[in-house]
Amino acid sequence: MGIHIENISKSYKDVNALKNISFDVKPNELFGLIGPDGAGKTTLFRILTTLLIANEGKASVAGMDVLLDYKEIRKHVGYMPGRFSLYQDLTVEENLKFFATIFGTTIEENYDLIKEIYVQIEPFKDRRAGKLSGGMKQKLALCCALIHKPKVLFLDEPTTGVDPVSRKEFWEMLKRLQEKNITILVSTPYMDEAALCDRIALIQDGKILQIDTPEAIVNQYPKTIYNVSANNMYQVIKSLKAYSHQHSVYPFGEFVHYTDTREDFNTLDLNHYLEAQNLTNITIEKTQATIEDSFMELAK
Amino acid sequence: MKRFIGFVTKEFYHIFRDRRSLFILFGMPIVQILLFGFAITNEINNVNIAILDHSKDANTQEIINKISASKYFSINQLIERESDIEAVFKKGQVKAVLNFEKDFSKNLIKNRQATVQIITDATDPNTANTITNYVSSILQNYQMEQNKAVKINYVIGPQPRMVYNAELKSVYMFVPGVMTIILMLVSAMMTSISITREKELGTMEILLVSPIKPLLVIIGKVFPYIFLSIVNAIVIVVLSIFIFKMPMQGSLILLALESILFILSALSLGILISTVSATQQTAMMISLMGLMLPVILLSGFIFPISSMPLPLQIISNIIPAKWFIIILKGIMLKGVGIQFIWKETLILLGMTVFCLALSVKKYKIRLE
Repeated sequence: MGIHIENISKSYKDVNALKNISFDVKPNELFGLIGPDGAGKTTLFRILTTLLIANEGKASVAGMDVLLDYKEIRKHVGYMPGRFSLYQDLTVEENLKFFATIFGTTIEENYDLIKEIYVQIEPFKDRRAGKLSGGMKQKLALCCALIHKPKVLFLDEPTTGVDPVSRKEFWEMLKRLQEKNITILVSTPYMDEAALCDRIALIQDGKILQIDTPEAIVNQYPKTIYNVSANNMYQVIKSLKAYSHQHSVYPFGEFVHYTDTREDFNTLDLNHYLEAQNLTNITIEKTQATIEDSFMELAK
Repeated sequence: MKRFIGFVTKEFYHIFRDRRSLFILFGMPIVQILLFGFAITNEINNVNIAILDHSKDANTQEIINKISASKYFSINQLIERESDIEAVFKKGQVKAVLNFEKDFSKNLIKNRQATVQIITDATDPNTANTITNYVSSILQNYQMEQNKAVKINYVIGPQPRMVYNAELKSVYMFVPGVMTIILMLVSAMMTSISITREKELGTMEILLVSPIKPLLVIIGKVFPYIFLSIVNAIVIVVLSIFIFKMPMQGSLILLALESILFILSALSLGILISTVSATQQTAMMISLMGLMLPVILLSGFIFPISSMPLPLQIISNIIPAKWFIIILKGIMLKGVGIQFIWKETLILLGMTVFCLALSVKKYKIRLE
């Protein structure tokens, strides 16, 4: 009853948006599609929600074929597009009521499903949707996508443009929805959100780089990562990139994530090198790989 | 049914919460009908003219009196010299000058012929033409009166009679035209915009991924506009009958039915436009350029179709507005029944069905 994707390819006029993609989402799984803008996430969502037809390959959602059973699928999935797509000139309550009506249900009937989310926006139920804050809008859109108790929920970048606190709340909600037997496919460009999924697929340029649990992906990271910092971070990045043994150099928060090509890498060598570049306050420490590191390594 | 009602309710929220569309829907018809009715007219009334009378005798005086007595002209000034003619025109004080030759009466009796020159300001050719015609007919009239006394061999006296609009009121011509424009604007433009708005704002995406049928979306979108267009048609008819004394010779029910038919044909055009345009901007441009201009220029509303070049005459046949104007004039001015306008009605019906079928075929159940 999950999602089955088999050799899906899709190209627009001169862009290959998806190249031979296959994976499965298990029932009741919270599955993350992680990748930068333009990776093909939205195209895949639209194919699965029956809005686009793939050039090649097969896909099914909750056991229904996206091509043949598209009418049936449209009754049983919830879809939240990347762009805020509710009626801005309708109030919160009117929007919710409208979507309940066109799905042939009422707010009361499935209130238990949206209750936890809806109570947060209920104080603003008479406000026009266009005048809500980013986080509120997403909560309302989620309510509208859930109002008919879908079997599968598609969330295309639901947290883009949302403040960190709301983002955290949003993911907590997804976790709770999962417990109510809803399969969730969510896409995000934020690597830190990936860790909250059961499994993730890293996607870039229409190709899947890796599919696994977030822990497994991190554990498979082949190198040892070092946090490097010094008095002048810009100079650190520049120097490290010029260092003959460097494997990868990425700024990461207040540090630079550095990996070396040598098996017998010694931090002292690097320290000397950086000192020679007139840097002071140098720290070099081992650190844990993150999804972002894995992604960068795979996308190399 | 519940879905349909929910959908229509939502549409009404959109319409009543958007000031711009409210203005187009209700402000525009009233403003347009009043504008066309009062301000834009090709009748002439109290046109200022000047007189240059070189003979100042009994005959010229009588003619001048006749002219100033008519409601069309008012004599603004008397000038003395030929050189003043140009001056009064340049100042824009008069639209025409009547120049009576020297010894007008004497010539009339002696030579049986006298001349009066009518000089008109042709910067506005229509008015100049009308003035010339009116003055000529006054002169002719005068001549006939004079000749009554004298027995001449024979005379052909044309007796024109204008039927259906005896006073040649231009409002009779504008009301059907304005009604057509407004119904076209409200129905075609507003529906095409409101459907493309869903596409542009991304809500169409959600509507597609829902059990609601595409046909229901279209009908739900169009339904409020049918209703509003009918309200508009009623407003226009009431205004034109009570304010402009437009006659209503034919059956009101027939008028209502024909109006609904035209509204439907305009709506089907609107739906068709929305299926080919992706943004509200495009929909508006296509509606304005593709519908409004032909309605104004080629429907026979302002420029008579019979005097257009042949290619334009042929093109005018595919404009629904042309047929609706014929129907409207027929019902309101001539009071004809369906037996005289069935052909036009059938054409409108055919166009509606064609556009609807085409748009249903072109309607996308997916994004591409």
